[in-house]
Amino acid sequence: MLRFDDIKEGEALPELRKTPTLQTLVKYSAGSGDFNPLHHDYNFPQAKQIGSIIVHGRFKYASLGELVSNWVGHAGRIRKISCQYKGMDLPGKEFTCRGVVKKKSSEGGEKIVEVEVWTENAEGKKTTPGSALIVFR
Amino acid sequence: MAEQFELTDDMRAQIGKKSPPWEYEVTTTSVRMFARGVGYTDPVYFDVESAKKAGYRSLPAPPTYLGSAVFLPGRCSDTFSGPSEGLPTVEHGLKGLLDGSTETEVFDTICAGDTLVAVQELIDLKVVASASIGKMLIATIDTTYTDKATGKPAAKQRAQVIYY
Repeated sequence: MLRFDDIKEGEALPELRKTPTLQTLVKYSAGSGDFNPLHHDYNFPQAKQIGSIIVHGRFKYASLGELVSNWVGHAGRIRKISCQYKGMDLPGKEFTCRGVVKKKSSEGGEKIVEVEVWTENAEGKKTTPGSALIVFR
Repeated sequence: MAEQFELTDDMRAQIGKKSPPWEYEVTTTSVRMFARGVGYTDPVYFDVESAKKAGYRSLPAPPTYLGSAVFLPGRCSDTFSGPSEGLPTVEHGLKGLLDGSTETEVFDTICAGDTLVAVQELIDLKVVASASIGKMLIATIDTTYTDKATGKPAAKQRAQVIYY
């Protein structure tokens, strides 16, 4: 189990790789309730204009949450998580969720770790940069 | 792509408007479906016994999941998760829609069995010129979630939505 005391600033989180397929996006649509055709219908005008359907930004956001949760386990909980959607990812293309510990503090008795997180496409572009704040038990 | 797009007084008048409250249910099935959709493999999101062993009341909601809006035909969006009735309405005429950013603060662990009451507020509208997609309208929307049983704040989400 991850221990707060063992965490070091600058430490990298174990990466999480994903290659979402059309089926992945359909499952995410069902789980999230977001049925925007941009994520499943290649004939949707916006998809035609872009040249493809695209991965839900919120799927990447949720994957960043999964990245952090996989690392923290149940030693703490994610209090805050944010990201910006800077670039589109396409189904069938791999992206990697990564993170690095930015700051560790225990002011006021709360054990808090801030991590920088992002998704990175095959070309190394950070398509979804963000951050998370974890409170340890 | 919009070459010319300006905010009108009618659009600006929507800033500060709030939606009526709407219930979002967090259930074992909805947590499982979300966790499955994302690709989680930790059994706490799927198996109640595993969740209890890890110290949760029931299946915990991942931090990027704040429940499923209770769907009522005619009063909810057929495309998106959530109510369509009574929301601040910006008549912008733009066809393209993308998410810009999302920030979620969760005040305490949310678990299956919880019902949250959500209110949306249109915080800001701004027009930004982009090289790739022309003029974009960026709407900032805050949603506050209150635990129905306790009345305590459960979570807050700020989303930026891009229309182009």
